[in-house]
Amino acid sequence: MSAPASSGRDTDVAPDSATAIHVRGLTRTFGDVTAVDDLSFGVREGELFGLVGPDGAGKTTTLRILAGVLAPTGGDATVFGVSVARDPEAMKPRIAYMPQRFGLYADLTVRENLDFYGDLHGLPRGAERESRVERLYRFSNLDPFASRLAGKLSGGMKQKLALSCALIHRPQLLLLDEPTFGVDPISRLDLWIILQEMLTEGITILLTTSYLDEAERCDRVALLDRGRIVALDAPRALQADLDGRAFEIRASSPRAALRVLRECQGVSRAAAFGDSVHVTLNQPAESLPASLRQALDAAGAGVESIATLRPSLEDVFMERTGG
Amino acid sequence: MIRPSPRHVLEMVRKERRQLLRDPRTRLIMFVAPIIQLLMFGYAVNTDIRDTATFVVDRDASAASRRLIEAFTTTGRFNIVGTSTRSADVTRVLDRGDAIVAVEIPRGFAADLAALRPARVQILVDGTQSNTATVALGYASRVVQAFARESARSDAVNSPGIDLRARAWFNPGLQSRIYNVPAVIGVVLLLMCLLLTALAIAREREIGTLEQLMVTPLTPTELMLGKTIPVAAVGMIDLLLVTAVAVLWFEVPLRGSPLWLVLAAFIYILAGLALGLLISTVSRTQQEAFMTMFLFLLPAIILSGFLYPVDTMPAFFRWLSMLNPVRHFLFIVRAIFLKGEGLLGLWEQYAILLAMAIAALAFAVSRFRQSVA
Repeated sequence: MSAPASSGRDTDVAPDSATAIHVRGLTRTFGDVTAVDDLSFGVREGELFGLVGPDGAGKTTTLRILAGVLAPTGGDATVFGVSVARDPEAMKPRIAYMPQRFGLYADLTVRENLDFYGDLHGLPRGAERESRVERLYRFSNLDPFASRLAGKLSGGMKQKLALSCALIHRPQLLLLDEPTFGVDPISRLDLWIILQEMLTEGITILLTTSYLDEAERCDRVALLDRGRIVALDAPRALQADLDGRAFEIRASSPRAALRVLRECQGVSRAAAFGDSVHVTLNQPAESLPASLRQALDAAGAGVESIATLRPSLEDVFMERTGG
Repeated sequence: MIRPSPRHVLEMVRKERRQLLRDPRTRLIMFVAPIIQLLMFGYAVNTDIRDTATFVVDRDASAASRRLIEAFTTTGRFNIVGTSTRSADVTRVLDRGDAIVAVEIPRGFAADLAALRPARVQILVDGTQSNTATVALGYASRVVQAFARESARSDAVNSPGIDLRARAWFNPGLQSRIYNVPAVIGVVLLLMCLLLTALAIAREREIGTLEQLMVTPLTPTELMLGKTIPVAAVGMIDLLLVTAVAVLWFEVPLRGSPLWLVLAAFIYILAGLALGLLISTVSRTQQEAFMTMFLFLLPAIILSGFLYPVDTMPAFFRWLSMLNPVRHFLFIVRAIFLKGEGLLGLWEQYAILLAMAIAALAFAVSRFRQSVA
């Protein structure tokens, strides 16, 4: 994955010609629940941008607003300069939206599904249509199944067909909601190959994911928690922030270790991670400070090993949300 | 509001047509089920009587009494299952359900006739089968009256007795089939419109394609047109099918112009589509749509005069039935078929139906646009 052109703490991308999406104070409430809370971020053209967070963080709501199928209750977002709140229809020809459960017509064949979406988007039948379908077949390996009913495809193939349907009209922006959710590993790889191909064509992709390995493929990610952005940067930059501050401790009594670490000075966060404990310090250190080691021993945690940790996005998320 | 693009609507209609015709079960529901319903109502729901089990107690045992019994059997409506000379036997056969009608001719029947005294015949019916009993009683009285007139005439004496002449107009044989079969059209069309519209939209919502379609340049209005036009076409085909079977197979007379029938059906289908759309807006799944549909369908049919006449309902329900498009459509259909009426004589019903269709459509369209947007 290519490194972003710039990194840093700014959650803002200036709304210029190179901006695909510009989100300003976007808010959406459902009754008493605020699903998206004053969200601001920008997505550059040609960028692979990830909205990452647990269920209920507001990822899908954000995506649906950007796709123009849900109106925001506050703020606005522009997609290629068009306001989604005021003129949701105008940007639709330029975008593709793939919900987590993409609706395929189970009683239409693979080719009929593709043709239907092609027809709706006004893709002319004939040579142009054929070359487009041909290309999508090459990515998806769906060619041999062209006349099979969509309902008879496997889960992974269905998802590839869904992506193909979303791509049939050559959109410039792809909005993908958990595109690999519930997809087998082989098809997942296939899907990523298709997405990479789209990126090389200069298409902008905004996706949501709860898989951290996928999040790490993104140029930039916004970590979402309860409708708010807790961090926004390139995955490497976010992880670099924790470099030298994270340690993994194996102990015979992880619970005792956890309890004592949470009371020590200089500890930003301690959390159980499988049968070990991950601890994050306020300041980088060469090794775990002696004071902590002593406290652990005094509490009878039975420390077996201490290692510096290569922080994952999950650690970043936990650190930022105080989880 | 942006004007719907004919191309978008056409693509949607083509997709719908493909889906509707692809599934063998849907094809069956669309084109075979209406015929089966018609056959069922034509044959099974028959309030006519024929070969009714009849028991005869002939205590007179005269030539006259035998002629009367013969008069019963020759109508074909009564089948003599037993005879006796003792009144007590009547109770037994009616109790056991061996006969539904019992005719008792008292001693002195022939003598009374000969003396031009009022002759008496007793007819007993099994009232637990009220429908059959009422009809049987009616036929039996007619047999007896006809017999009385005939005897009076053959005796070459002017009988001053009451000459009752009941005649049913438009349906001289009072065949329930002629009354019921045209009405099946109303029920079949409503069922098709509700079922296909509500289920088709609920299905798109359920499988997630509705949200998908909303990201395409397709507008809610185009979507709605694309969904309803194929259903309207199916409705019109069903109208032709059912009418053809009614006229050719059941020999129900179509006395009015088929043109007025088509016009009425078209307006009625619009109302049906509107109701289907409304049901779809309150249903997230096909199952919900199905249940909501039946919640509506059953009262609509009961309050339509399809099986039970509206005139005999309590005033409240009579008024309520005025809001029921099925009632007005059935009125029109029966009048066209049996009375040969047209737009001129039925303009009030046409106007009411049209007003209902327009109001329902306007409401449904605005609700639908809200529900998908």
